[in-house]
Amino acid sequence: MNRIERVNDFVVRFANVNGSGSASANNLFARAIYRAGVAVSPKNIFPSNIQGLPTWYEVRVSGDGHLGRRAGVDLAVAVNGQTLLRDYREVLPGGYFLYDSTRALPDEFDRDDITLLGIPLTTLCNEAFSNPKLRQLLKNIIYVGALASLLDLDFTILTEAITSQFTKKPKLAEPNILALELGYNFAREHHPGRCLLSIRRQPRDERILIDGNSATALGALYAGATVAGWYPITPSTSVIEAFERYAGRFRREEEGTRKVAILQAEDELAALGIVIGASWNGARAFTATSGPGISLMSEFFGLAYFAEIPAVVIDVQRVGPSTGMPTRTQQADLLACAYASHGDSKHLLLFPSDPKECFDLTADAFDLAERLQTPVIVMSDLDLGMNEHLSPPLHWEDSRRYDRGKVLHADDLDRLPGKWGRYLDVDGDGICYRTLPGSHPEKGVYFTRGTSHNEYSGYTEESPIYQAGMERLQRKWQTARTLVPPPEIDTPDDDCRLGLLFFGTTSHAARESISRLAAAGVRVNSLRLKAFPFSDQVIEFINRHRQIIVIEQNRDAQLRTLLLAETGVTADRLQSILHFDGLPITADFISERIQALLEPSTAAAGDTQGEQV
Amino acid sequence: MSDRKPEFRHPKLTSNAGGYSRRDYEGAMSTLCAGCGHDSTTAAIIQACFELSVPPHRVAKISGIGCSSKTPAYFLGKSHGFNSVHGRMPSVATGANMANRDLLYIGISGDGDTASIGMGQFGHALRRNLNLNYICMNNGCYGLTKGQDSATADLGSIGKRGAPNLYNSIDLCELAIELGASYVARGFSGDKAQLVPLFKGAFAHNGLAFIDVISPCVTFNNTNTSTKSYHYVREHSEATNTFDFVPLQQEILTHYQEGSSQEITMHDGSMILLHKGEPGRDVTNRLQAVTRLEAEKERGRLLTGLLYVNPASRDTHDIINSCQRPLNSLVDADLCPGNAALQELNATFR
Repeated sequence: MNRIERVNDFVVRFANVNGSGSASANNLFARAIYRAGVAVSPKNIFPSNIQGLPTWYEVRVSGDGHLGRRAGVDLAVAVNGQTLLRDYREVLPGGYFLYDSTRALPDEFDRDDITLLGIPLTTLCNEAFSNPKLRQLLKNIIYVGALASLLDLDFTILTEAITSQFTKKPKLAEPNILALELGYNFAREHHPGRCLLSIRRQPRDERILIDGNSATALGALYAGATVAGWYPITPSTSVIEAFERYAGRFRREEEGTRKVAILQAEDELAALGIVIGASWNGARAFTATSGPGISLMSEFFGLAYFAEIPAVVIDVQRVGPSTGMPTRTQQADLLACAYASHGDSKHLLLFPSDPKECFDLTADAFDLAERLQTPVIVMSDLDLGMNEHLSPPLHWEDSRRYDRGKVLHADDLDRLPGKWGRYLDVDGDGICYRTLPGSHPEKGVYFTRGTSHNEYSGYTEESPIYQAGMERLQRKWQTARTLVPPPEIDTPDDDCRLGLLFFGTTSHAARESISRLAAAGVRVNSLRLKAFPFSDQVIEFINRHRQIIVIEQNRDAQLRTLLLAETGVTADRLQSILHFDGLPITADFISERIQALLEPSTAAAGDTQGEQV
Repeated sequence: MSDRKPEFRHPKLTSNAGGYSRRDYEGAMSTLCAGCGHDSTTAAIIQACFELSVPPHRVAKISGIGCSSKTPAYFLGKSHGFNSVHGRMPSVATGANMANRDLLYIGISGDGDTASIGMGQFGHALRRNLNLNYICMNNGCYGLTKGQDSATADLGSIGKRGAPNLYNSIDLCELAIELGASYVARGFSGDKAQLVPLFKGAFAHNGLAFIDVISPCVTFNNTNTSTKSYHYVREHSEATNTFDFVPLQQEILTHYQEGSSQEITMHDGSMILLHKGEPGRDVTNRLQAVTRLEAEKERGRLLTGLLYVNPASRDTHDIINSCQRPLNSLVDADLCPGNAALQELNATFR
């Protein structure tokens, strides 16, 4: 039997029971690898359940720094009886199967192409610990200790991690370290040299390991959000929970009160209503939700678009349609968000691809929303939001000032020559000046409405006035195209006629595919989209290439549809690679599809591969 | 424009203590039907604001959709107004109030807007005890869509459409008391003398003040067979009390007989002097309030007046412990922890 032999390049998959305390043990393992300087991308594949159902935790280890998911399991850590056989069968040939050998494996576990790594977890645990609650948690820690031995992971990294985790409760560190040692020693004695996967320390860089939702919350905190209306929904809930946590720490007034109002609303309609009311009244406000919430918020999106009220919405996308798969990931809310609400209405979208961008783009969203007086939706997803990702450290430029947009305060109104109109396009950029309630006793008062209005915010049913207003909003949309964050364009080859276009969490896998293609001698250009509407750079990139492959994680090619609708590109020039099974897309998947798209025409024309698709 | 009122002011127009004339509280010309109860209600709002010398620009008017929700255009023309979407006034008002706790918020809604499409938001604004004056102009029908029964239409009541209403009505006041409103009153658009002090008391109240104003629809629901007609309401309403609202720093002039009155000190120090119909009644007692509403309903009577008040109520800001400074007045330096703090946070993710 050929055992898989690799250094810093493999996938470990933990199979656990939901609610058994496995998350902290598995996190400890992922963090230890990160601290060894090796790139790691953990993915929590969990059920929509609190306790009892199977849950998996996949850790991809990549010394080359690839952060996308990779399919296939090199080493399974199987401690869930319900899925034991399935987990056993999913191990790649030559792979490894770590299990609780307190009980012997049944007869159907008869593969001869994998290596068994039995550790009597239950026995070791019960012999060492008497507290039943502690036993369940420490059983997980024991297998982490065993892994350290099997993978040659520096044991001190684990003990240091435990010590720093329990600095405030050093008594709790002791049993944890003991559990690590139990596993470590057992594996060292009973399985020496059996596992040919190993971790080799690499120099650490400055990157951090953080979940996207925490970074998003920090973005909102740093951007000065003071009001949050929200309704609990997976996978966005932890955005608000993190915001509340950080606000508790950083938003204390001297008198002990808090410089923030966070309201758990009765539903998503009210959540966005709260945001709109607060923004109308001059506070920075936001909400976080997922697809089902977006559907409910449609009504308010239209109001905010038409009455021109800033609103920041975080959409942590999950699998639709309808309730779909609440704990799986997708990029399938693009169309619902871009055109949310009836009538002609459209909204800015921002596409973060890592936690640092969750932070940066969330902060930018507040500036854009106030500058453009319109909703801005940050399109995160479950993979980005709820999993920990290796990310550049967060940074805030202290010289940065909030862009509060065109707001006239009392002194501005006093100085204002002529008549002010709420919807008067003075500057020709489609953005008008607004005032805040209560600011001036005589000037700047207006009536906000979702009904048709003239330049002075009076109700109108005059067709030309309505139409002029709608055209002015279109002018504002054009301004938005110049203000949104530019795409990240990589053109290694000016003559290359093939361009890949992708966004968000697809980016890591896409980049890995590009580097594989490059290694095989195929060069492609790429564009990572960061915003909708599409700026000129996006349109130029598309026009420069004969063929564009749009890679996205939904069934209906939603980004492709947006590109067709908004850029004038013809349908034949945009091809799709679509992944929508609910798990994060992989480089293998993208590479295979690109290969398939490249091959037929290459055979026919015999031209260089890059030009033929 | 036809809805503009002339700018002319009579030189002898009287001013209130704030130096504002009545005209400073008026709005655009109403486009509602002649005789609409809502116009009388807005007149009472204007009167209450005038008498309290409220600075007009320190009021924010927020409404939903419907005939009633149009009215913020017809009063307080110097206040910012927001005619939002159907049934969603409470959430917009909640956000606005969170952003700036220092304004006076007048939320205008109707029976369709409140008792049907907006029932969820209504209930939760009450529950949070938002510092909002929630005025529901209640006519038992959908006016803008031509007279369909609303959820507050009484069982068997027949409007202009001619068919008796098949369902029981929702009593918004009873609901408001049960769901946590801290000031609940019912008035009648045809009784301005009662309505004005009810509004004044509401404006002085800290927390959610719900005022159900029976406000007949002259076009679709003022028939002889309707229970929301002017005639029917006049014949069947029962005032639970009469009262004087005494603003802070004003002398109390009215004197009631010992035992027949109740004094309530409001959050801002002003007083409500309540003249009760009978001794033993306590307007701060929720259970009594609900029992009386039910008892009068059984007699076929509509109870009006101040039904319940909790003068010590804590509003949403008090509950969530938000700062005294309005959140919309905070600037970068108040809000942004700075890069040094962020670098420390980065370290916790390593």
